Order: sequence, then C-alpha cells, then structure tokens
Amino acid sequence: MKLPSLILLTLAAFAGAEEPTIPADMARVEGGEYVPMFGEISKPRTVPPFLIDRRPVTNAEFLAFVREHPKWQRSNAVKLFADQGYLNHWAGDLELGENAPPEAPVIRVSWFAVRAFLKVQGKRLPREDEWEFAALADATRIDASNDPAYLKRILEWYGKPTPARLPDVSTSEKDFRGVAGMHGLVWEWVEDFNNQMVTGAARDDTSLDRSLFCAGGAVNATNAANYAAFMRYAFRSSLEGNYTTLNLGFRGARDANPTEPTP
Amino acid sequence: MVGSAPTNIMKRTLLSLLLTALLLPQTARAQSTISSAPAPSAETKDVPLEGEEIAILTDAPNVPPAITRKHPTNVKVEIEVTEVVKRMADGVDYTFWTFGGSVPGKFIRVRQNDVVDFTLKNHPTSKMPHNIDLHAVTGPGGGAKATFTAPGHQTNFSFKALNPGLYIYHCATAPVGMHIANGMYGLILVEPKEGMAKVDKEFYVVQGDFYTTGKYGEAGHQGFSMEKAIEEDADYVVFNGSVGSMTGEKALKATAGETVRLFVGNGGPNLVSSFHVIGEIFDRVYQEGGTLFQENVQTTLVPAGGSTICEFKLDTKGDFILVDHSIFRAFNKGALGILNADGKDDLLVFSGQKKDEVYLPEGGAIQTMPGETKATPVATNKAERIAAGQFVYDRNCAACHMPTGTGVPAAFPPLAKSDYMNEDVDRAIDTVLHGLQGEITVNGNKFNSVMPALGLNDENVANVLTYVYSQWDNSGVEVTPNQVKNVRESKK
Repeated sequence: MKLPSLILLTLAAFAGAEEPTIPADMARVEGGEYVPMFGEISKPRTVPPFLIDRRPVTNAEFLAFVREHPKWQRSNAVKLFADQGYLNHWAGDLELGENAPPEAPVIRVSWFAVRAFLKVQGKRLPREDEWEFAALADATRIDASNDPAYLKRILEWYGKPTPARLPDVSTSEKDFRGVAGMHGLVWEWVEDFNNQMVTGAARDDTSLDRSLFCAGGAVNATNAANYAAFMRYAFRSSLEGNYTTLNLGFRGARDANPTEPTP
Repeated sequence: MVGSAPTNIMKRTLLSLLLTALLLPQTARAQSTISSAPAPSAETKDVPLEGEEIAILTDAPNVPPAITRKHPTNVKVEIEVTEVVKRMADGVDYTFWTFGGSVPGKFIRVRQNDVVDFTLKNHPTSKMPHNIDLHAVTGPGGGAKATFTAPGHQTNFSFKALNPGLYIYHCATAPVGMHIANGMYGLILVEPKEGMAKVDKEFYVVQGDFYTTGKYGEAGHQGFSMEKAIEEDADYVVFNGSVGSMTGEKALKATAGETVRLFVGNGGPNLVSSFHVIGEIFDRVYQEGGTLFQENVQTTLVPAGGSTICEFKLDTKGDFILVDHSIFRAFNKGALGILNADGKDDLLVFSGQKKDEVYLPEGGAIQTMPGETKATPVATNKAERIAAGQFVYDRNCAACHMPTGTGVPAAFPPLAKSDYMNEDVDRAIDTVLHGLQGEITVNGNKFNSVMPALGLNDENVANVLTYVYSQWDNSGVEVTPNQVKNVRESKK
C-alpha cells in the first residue's frame, strides 16, 4: 500500500469537495491505493471513496425485510437462490427464536437474498476491494495490516469455532471511522466474492486455480504471512451464490456521491 | 548417459544378478519373525469391480480390520470435518480442526484397485472451508480441488486406488500450513492386491507438531501461533493429537509373543520424525510406507506428509516406549507413547536388573571431595565445630539425607531424631569414614542401600557429626577429632 498517494487523495477529498450527506448508519471510507492479496505489487488498485454500513445487518432488520417480501421467507425461498440452510436457525418464517437474537448479525443468508435486501435499502454489497480496504483499519490507523498484533487478533477469531449464539452487533470493536465488526463477528458477503485469482474476463487466463488448494494458493500471494487475508480469500472462494452458512452475514455499501468533483 | 551399449547391457545383467542374490536370503530370514507377504498376484487394474461396501473408519490408535476380499470393489467413505476444542495436554486446550472429530483423522483402509467414492462433509459450525488431499489419489490436487467444501456443505468425488501403500491425507485449503498445523491429517492404507501378512495387533500412530500462543504447558485455551509455525519452533510434538494420548490407561496393549504392526504417519506440518520404540528392534520397516522393506531397524525417519510401517514381534513383556528420537521432543514436547506388553518374561532375552553395586574407581572406597586438599581450620570450641560442620554437611550429606536430615523414605535413612545415630557414636564415625552397604534399621524402618566413604579428614568428620548431633532432636554430643582418629586407627 502506498501511503503518500493515499494521504494525497484524502487531503484532496477534504479540500476539494463539500461534504456530501452521509446517512447516520453509514461511514465514509476515503479511497486509496492498495495491493490485494493476490494482486501484483507493481499494480496497486485504486479504490474510489465509498460509504459502508457501520455494522452488519441484524436479525431484526432482516425479519422486517422478509415480512415485507414473502418470497424471501424461509419456506418460500427458491432453492436456486438460497440453499436449504437459509435462515434455518430462526424459529419460523417470521419468528427469530432463541438462536437468533434480534440485535445479533443475521447469518445463513445467500448472496441472492442479501442483494434483494440491499436493493430495497438503496444500497449494494461492498466490492471485495472495498471490503478489504476498509478492513485494513484499526482504531487509529488506515492500514494496520503490518502490525502483528492486528493480525493476531483476527487470526484468533478465525481459529475459534462459531458459537451457538452470536453476540449483538453493538458489542464488537469499532475502527477509527466508527465501522464496527469487520473482524471478530461474522464472515461477510462481498459483491464479487468469487473473482479472486481471476485477472481478466475469462477464467482460463491463469494457470492457477481459483480454489487456492495446497501450495497453489501461496504462489500468487503478495504477503504470504498474512494468514488472515489468506483465510478470507479461501473462505470466499468456497462459496456459491445460493450458499448459506452459520457464520456468514453481510453489510451494505454505496458509492460516495457520484457527482462529487474528482481532484 | 554416456557409454557404449554393450557396457550398459553388461551392467544391467550384473545388477539383476546382484539383486537376486541379495533378495533371496532376505525373504528367507524374514519368515523367522513375521510370516512373509503373500505371493504377487497377476490382477491388473482393469479387473472388474464386484459389489460395494461402506468403509469401516476408526480413530487412533485403532485400525480397521484387515481386508479379506480377493477382488476390488466400490468402497464408500464419508468423513465429517469439525472444528473442536479438545485437550492438548493437562490443563491446555486447543481448537483442533479434524477429519472426523479427533486428531489424527479417521483411518481409511481399502484394497488396491478399489474405486473409492469419497464424501467430505463440512459441519455447519465450521468457520473455515476445508478439503482433502489424499496422497493415495492419482490426479490433480489429490482430491483437494474436487472436495473444496464451504461450512455446512458436502462434496463428493471418486478415485481408483492404483498404488498400494500407506498414505497421508491432509487438508489443502489455503493457508494450508495452518490447516495442517491445526490437526487436519490422517492415514489411508491401500492394501496390495495380494493382501498383507497376518499379525496379531495393529495400531495407528500419527505424529504432529503444534504451535501455540503460549509456551509448552501454559494453561488455558491456546491459540495457533503463525509466527512460531513459520519459524518451525514447535511448542508441542505429540503422537495422536495430545500429550499422553498413549500413556497410562491409554497405553497400547499387547502380549509377549505377539506380532505387532504400527501404521505410523507424520502430519507435520514442519518436523521430520526420528521414529523409534525404546526396547524394540523393528523386524521390518516398510520405509516411507512403500512396498520394499528393510530389516532390523532401530530408528526410522518419517517425513512430514509421509508414513512408515513398522513390524516386530514382542519377545518379552514390559513397557516399550514410542518416541521421536529427536529426543527433546519426546521428553520436553510430548512425543512419547507406551506399548505395554503383558504375559511372560523371557529372561534369556532380557534378564532385568541383576545387580546394583557401588562402582569404586579408586578401589580404596574413598571419594576425594574437591577442596579437601586445603588445610582445614581447626575449631576451638563446640560452636565453631557446629558452624564448620554445617558447611561440610551441606556439601556432602544434604543431597541424600536432605537439608533437614529427614532422609528419603525407603532410600536414604533419616539423620533427624535417629536412633541409629544416637545409639552408637563410634558406629556413626565409622560410617562417615568408611561408608556403609547393606540392610540397616533406622527408627523402625528398613533401608538397604549404599553410602560411599567420603574421604573427609578427622577435623571435618568431627565437625559434621557434631553438627548433625546438635540438630533435629539428636543427642547433642560433641565429636572430637581424637575420637575420629581412634576409630580410624582401630579399623586399620
């Protein structure tokens, strides 16, 4: 990651633009350059500014959505779009029950279902680059990923089995932007969850396999010691759009004001 | 290769002659210990499959029963991956990632040319996707790509077991090192189509190294330490997933006279094992789990991601200790297990201890203590004698008789409130001067051991005895150098 250019972008954004209105439940992430786990160091990617939810979507919020949209209720959902695990920790179609506290993040939701939810909200899923960029932050820094303590905290969470009941979203740590729960709560869907290892439009433009098995996964990594990022990429690459799992939730994102003048 | 054709042919002929000569006596010798493997069969890999069956899977140290089929079949194998918190050592927990609930994973036993229908289930509570790379598979990734499975899903593929042997399987999801370090490995045995020689006992043992946030033995739940894993600085090196997995009640059990086969794997992720059984010589070792065997082996290397098959006959009873003979791993990191053979001693094979006597290199039964050459200051009163005596006691006596004269029950007699001491001062002087061997009774307890002569001068003997008599409820008598001199002279 190139800090000088990031600072420039940040300064330019503050100096050049009138602050657009940001919804209370979202935080603005100034863009910047970063090198993804499987990118080339010489070709950092530019992440434009965007807005991201301050916390993952909760059971209560998702319940309100399925109430309004019966086709996304558990017993109505089409298997092509949500597998048989869809919301099955809920007590019923419209009842959360004890394994799904209202303020805990919603899980067991498919990519198709969460996109439908976000569309209603006027939001979209964060892209993988956006999510990963935002997730570099800790309570004081834009990029804490070179700090062993930061990596260790994330790894410790990855190393523990999923609890039977997840904690409320309000309990998790916030970064300096006020965005909570990027690490240590649930995995999160991203818009382009299955594109890693793919550098162009076709899937056959690389000899490596996108499922990252065995040593193949390490060949292209920019920082092979960043096990935490390895695990996220590996996790995402195991998914299909209709999959649901016990620890996979989501949050919304939105482009920053698209009419905003660029520096 | 450079060289004319005739030379090459000659070399080959010579080589095959040599090989024949070497192999013949070897097979004959092997029969004296474990019946040799059945003759090679002419079965080809194209022989049709008959029937189908569900594989019997076992947890370590158990091994599924030998295959009695004479034909290949369709075998169904189902393994469930779970992430579980289990004991690593007493008071130490770890989140293991497992093939079937424990480390190592389930033992799979199939026959050469079987077609294995393999289903991998990833439990919904898993945090990670997982897959399986079986080294017994011929095909890209060993099945890893075909079995890449998200939490709460299951995948299926099939393979033909073309090559016989003992193979490791492991998870190969990125980051692979971490998945293996958390315990994701086990063994699959592909029996040769001719079958394997019959033995009385078979066991399943897999070594693995673990990297924890805390040091060895640090109590509580320990996380995975990426730094230590990269540096290959293991905190734990264990057999079958925990310290003490095969000791005490859980020791492997067999009987003297039985033949034993150990299926040994090494999951790694990093360390190569110097596998050894203390007190046994392997009659046969199928190195690296392959087809050829070596005979009369003491220690065999098991590579990380590899295996070995060790066979031996238990000729006598007792505890035989499985270790990684990279020996600090055994005694300081946990790589230790016990094979307990009951039944009869064979005293001709092993007599046990026949004698334990003092070895006295000087011949004169005198130990020279360092520093004794210096002139000893002479004590002028009892208080000085006691003070000087304490110094002598601490250096010469306290190690066995203990700093407060309590001794050690059944080994070293007490000096505190000691009837033996107080009854007879001259005897005490004699003991310090000349040592003592054989049974004595002190305060009603029998002791039968050895005290060496200490080589102290008269002054020091007087001082140390005066000190002992002045302490711990003893009689308080003062022993003088003159008394010591008298005893020394009377015994000449």
